[in-house]
Amino acid sequence: MKLGSLAAVLAVLIGLTACGQTSTGGGATQEQPPTANIKPPDKVGPGEGQLNLIAWEGYTDVSWVKAFTQQTSCVVNAKYAGSSDEMVSLMKDGGGGQWDMVSASGDADLRLIYGGDVKPMNTGLIPDWPSFDEYFKSPPYNTINGIHYGISLQWGPNVLLYNTKKFPNPPTSWSAVYDPSNKGLVTAYDYPITIADGALYLSKSQPSLGIKDPYELTKKQFDATVALLTQQRQLINKYWALGSDEITLFKNNDVFLGAAWPYQTGQLKASGAPVEETIPQEGATGWGDTWMLATKAPHPNCAYLWTQYVSTAKVQAEQALFYGETPVNTKACAQMEALQAGSCAQYHANASAQYFSQIKFWKTPIATCDDGSKNCIPYDQWVSAWTTIKG
Amino acid sequence: MAVEAARRPRPKGGGAVPFSAFFWRFPWLRPLLLLTPPLAWFVLVYFASLVLLLIAAFWTTDPFTTQIVQIWNTDNFQTIFNEPTYRTIISRTVLMAAAVTATDAVLAFPFAYFMARVASRRMQTLLFAAVLLPLWASYLARVYSWILILNHDGLLNWSLQSIGLPPANIGYTNVAMWLVFSYIWLPFMIIPTYAALERVPESLVEAASDLGARRWRVLRDVVLPLALPGVVAGSIFTFSLTLGDYITPILVGGAGSSLIGTVVYSNVGIANNIPFAAAMAMIPIAIMAVYLLIAQRLGAFEAL
Repeated sequence: MKLGSLAAVLAVLIGLTACGQTSTGGGATQEQPPTANIKPPDKVGPGEGQLNLIAWEGYTDVSWVKAFTQQTSCVVNAKYAGSSDEMVSLMKDGGGGQWDMVSASGDADLRLIYGGDVKPMNTGLIPDWPSFDEYFKSPPYNTINGIHYGISLQWGPNVLLYNTKKFPNPPTSWSAVYDPSNKGLVTAYDYPITIADGALYLSKSQPSLGIKDPYELTKKQFDATVALLTQQRQLINKYWALGSDEITLFKNNDVFLGAAWPYQTGQLKASGAPVEETIPQEGATGWGDTWMLATKAPHPNCAYLWTQYVSTAKVQAEQALFYGETPVNTKACAQMEALQAGSCAQYHANASAQYFSQIKFWKTPIATCDDGSKNCIPYDQWVSAWTTIKG
Repeated sequence: MAVEAARRPRPKGGGAVPFSAFFWRFPWLRPLLLLTPPLAWFVLVYFASLVLLLIAAFWTTDPFTTQIVQIWNTDNFQTIFNEPTYRTIISRTVLMAAAVTATDAVLAFPFAYFMARVASRRMQTLLFAAVLLPLWASYLARVYSWILILNHDGLLNWSLQSIGLPPANIGYTNVAMWLVFSYIWLPFMIIPTYAALERVPESLVEAASDLGARRWRVLRDVVLPLALPGVVAGSIFTFSLTLGDYITPILVGGAGSSLIGTVVYSNVGIANNIPFAAAMAMIPIAIMAVYLLIAQRLGAFEAL
């Protein structure tokens, strides 16, 4: 029984992998994902009554889900995932006919797209899409060759958080987190994608390495980054895995410096901790979340109704304040101010194009570099390198 | 229903009911029928999952989509044995398990001795409750309370500084991990040690005293050898529990505190590389197999 069903699942998985490998393109345009030819609907029909979501914790809070269910009679059933990789594994086989949508972060998106697990969406069905910030209409992590594999939702930068008592002069460079004189004071996000933070720093501090995109690293660039982060381990007091962990670390003076999300800054400031955040001169990495539609979504109409609803300025603002992140809908700024004065600027919802140009958004590292060559280090090697770095 | 009840073998009834005659004729059938459900459960759940684990360890994943590829190879094991990081992690885990076991044995023996051979009946009950009390609270709550004690502004540093000593700063280090593990697994060492000590016959102790042995001699030559299987039995728990744990290293460990359990956890939860996690999970199984062989030689299974 158990073996039989396992074998069936595996057979499907292998089939999918094979599908993924058939479409090898390259050159100027990017490789075409397996679901690229699935035509999205032209209009949204009546809701199916149910909607099964895989989401980050807090993304389907009852405070805005309730009104959605009242308006559309789609009942939202959400499963909270703990990591991007858990999302990818739950979404295997196009969501398995069980899941409708996933609120994937940029580091998972390309895996879902090229795994054939998600299909193109029609942005014309989202009335608020035209008011999205220009960057988030077609960010490279969810849009391939002009086809949108999802609708952007929220984003946030990975800022440098520091204790203002320990560092009265604000650090201006990420070099502070690699500086041996800060031994034992530093923290970092415990996740393979943190390697991109090191690569971003090296792209400015060692231009001879020629790092252009921190998610597309050749062997030489990757090894240099891993060496930098391995050295950094000596300075780390504790890596943080959950936002709440980092808050505790800063509160108890266990760490004084490290990459963080604006959420942590807000929480720490609210509790009276002497902290401040900055985007250093090298810029920063960031994440952008996208609602993606499962290839085998059983309730596509409810899924479109949901995406329309969460894209509206009001819900965007509510979610941004609830979670501590930034809406992609530029009209949400006023709503945020109405809910909590000063929050629009705090979360950079009114950010300029100059601000965005400093942020390199998470995307899945894949073997195919931007120039079409296959010399880049894929994500699985990032994962094993991260184990080595942490020791 | 009535038919079923009639067909069920009655406990007493002589040769009148054909089924009991049947069982009488084939005496091995009754235990076989009794044991089949638990045995089937054991084979399916315990054994089959272990075999699946072993098989999965020889597969790999597609590097891009992280889907499992069923191609028979030993890449995972080669990585584990060739990559210095994994060797460090394995030896760190074994050393940690050994240190925790030794600490718990040293702490548990006098305690168990007092409980088994000195304390009154009433006292014994109280102490038993005290030993088991921490197990009533959630594992996570107990680990988090240690974080509050050990962290930079925590109870330990505060106490040290208030009596004029320098702060210890052992929060988020391997020392913190060792302390927390030793605390958490201590009851699992005390109870088997207590059971073994209680079984040491008083007559032997008296005989030794009558023959002129002093207290320490009695302890060393009579009580300790007789209680050793109990300590070894306890060490099976403390050793194997430390070997597989991942919560304590994640919560109280620092940079460079990964254990085997952490690697398994991050390969399943973060990397979604089940085959590699399976290969890594085979390591503690192999270590425990060796450990149990040694424990069996020392007579631990008679004390369980």
